[in-house]
Amino acid sequence: MSATIPPSGAASTELLSEPTPGMVQTARRRWGWPRDPGAHTPSDVGKAAWWFLAPALILIFVFFFLPVLASLVLSVTDFDIYAIANPSSTRFVGLANYTKLLHTPEFWQAVRNTFYFALVGGPLTIAVALGAALLLNAKLVRYKSLFRTIYFTPFVTTLVAVAIVWRYLYHARYGLLNYVLSYVGISPIDWLGDPKWAMPAIILLAVWKQFGYNMLIFIAGLQAIPQDLYDAAEIDGAGPVRRFFSVTLPLLGPTMLFVSVITMIGYFQLFSEPYVMTAGGPLRATTSVVLMMYEEGFRWWRMGYAAAIAFVLFIVILIATLIQFRLQRERE
Amino acid sequence: MAGYEQQRTTPLGAGSSSADSSALQPTGQFGRGFESARSRRRIAQVILYTLLILGAIIAVFPMLWMISASFMPTGEANTYPPHLLPSRITFSHYRELFTRLNLGRYLVNSTLIAVVVTSVSLVVNSMAGYAFAKLRFRGRDRTFRLLSLGLVLPVQVAMLPLFLLMKNLHLINTYWGVIIPGMASIFGIFLIRQYALSIPDDMLDAARIDGASELRIYWSVVVPGILPILATLAIWTFLATWNDFMWPLIVLSDEAHYTLPVALANLSGEHVQDTELMMAGSVLTVIPVLAVFLFLQRYYIQGVMAGSVKG
Repeated sequence: MSATIPPSGAASTELLSEPTPGMVQTARRRWGWPRDPGAHTPSDVGKAAWWFLAPALILIFVFFFLPVLASLVLSVTDFDIYAIANPSSTRFVGLANYTKLLHTPEFWQAVRNTFYFALVGGPLTIAVALGAALLLNAKLVRYKSLFRTIYFTPFVTTLVAVAIVWRYLYHARYGLLNYVLSYVGISPIDWLGDPKWAMPAIILLAVWKQFGYNMLIFIAGLQAIPQDLYDAAEIDGAGPVRRFFSVTLPLLGPTMLFVSVITMIGYFQLFSEPYVMTAGGPLRATTSVVLMMYEEGFRWWRMGYAAAIAFVLFIVILIATLIQFRLQRERE
Repeated sequence: MAGYEQQRTTPLGAGSSSADSSALQPTGQFGRGFESARSRRRIAQVILYTLLILGAIIAVFPMLWMISASFMPTGEANTYPPHLLPSRITFSHYRELFTRLNLGRYLVNSTLIAVVVTSVSLVVNSMAGYAFAKLRFRGRDRTFRLLSLGLVLPVQVAMLPLFLLMKNLHLINTYWGVIIPGMASIFGIFLIRQYALSIPDDMLDAARIDGASELRIYWSVVVPGILPILATLAIWTFLATWNDFMWPLIVLSDEAHYTLPVALANLSGEHVQDTELMMAGSVLTVIPVLAVFLFLQRYYIQGVMAGSVKG
């Protein structure tokens, strides 16, 4: 790629700082200015812009927006395994898929499980991330980038692989977690076999896996808080706890909003952890909305019904996002 | 622990830092001042480092155990009390993965898909991100707002019709079925746009006055200017594609096309008792992404931090 780029000297590496007249001069000289002053009218630029956008917009439209709209259409049909072979057998069924869902206890259980995961796991992840960010932002600490890298590592690992690893760590008889707990007198827990413990076990894995990303964003947010605010608070006699609640937390507002929206959207899409670790069990205790959608749609090929599940998920995520924005605005 | 001991003593040894700490702690009025500030600082450091090291152990332990167990003889990972280190090192699980279980094939599939998606998406997303940031055209803001709606749409909503679309295009069970939907991403366009906003307009105008074509401006002025964020996006896309599970699981039904995560999930169903074998498979899946991250983390971490906060 780089071989085709004409020699780009100092000017292009300094693109991101303010342009000095000298830089502009250099650039003009490089292109042999002036050559053809009228070559670029605004409409030329506009036309070029659409050429630049076309590949991305076409791909996103055809392979994302269009399927989303089609999903809405699919959800009001009885599209099933026969329709895959012969699409003309599909019938319009109105809201029948939705009413059927509302009367299916398994669906409500999946919704409850997903909310459990998002509303317990999400805040827990954010709390751990903020705690880690505060530790790494402390003035007394050195080797910050080393710790930061270590804490971020779980985030980049492959979820399927670490879910398999954790499945063995959670093993009721040979698992290391129970072994460690036995030292503090806790008798063995059947983490993934007990309906009461399976979801907490999955939450624990998710917190371990995801907190590093949020931590990075918190660190960036913390570094943006001006030091003199802390100094002023300290002169006024505010201790560390007070400083956290009256300086750090309010000023982290926008960061907190970003982190909680991103985390929540991700957590409502829970799928791989239960797929790999529990297959949705025991007693459907870890079947999430997306896992149910996958099974209805791609195992039993009830695609109209599955599309209705997908759409409910979308509505839930949309409402939750709006609530978060509202809460943030009220706080300000 | 050695690092911690060293850290606890060095800053206290330096004269300047104790002056610092007494300035920070307004305890002088009680006449304890200097000594108390020093010991408080020391206690704070002990607490901080204890927590940090504890956190670090929890963060890396599962991966260290995974590596260790992958070298254990069959059955050793299922003993009580658990062994942390193999009693003797064996490579037999790795050998079995590559000979009998075809893992090499999946490794090639995963690499191929991740490399193609990453290279194509860099070009596609950077062109679009640059156009949104720097080119004036009618409907720009409206198009951008429409695109940003996509950020709250969960991808799973698209998957059922996307599967049917892929089926009609005869792309089910092909690499392209995984590659094509990954070639453009709204997140990628946002990331590039945010960074490209800081390219000075004068630079672009100067090149235009000189008669450079828009494509040439993109290649020789814009691309060199946004290299750092391109690096971030490249790493991000590579890791995300490598780690992706649900869509490849749906679209790849024939084992010969499996990516590593799909193959691994499949294996773990059949070989649930073979802990050591599964650990070896997990190591081979995780090590490539871990290596990419550790070598290029500078670009990655800074890009993540910069891209998110401004956006």
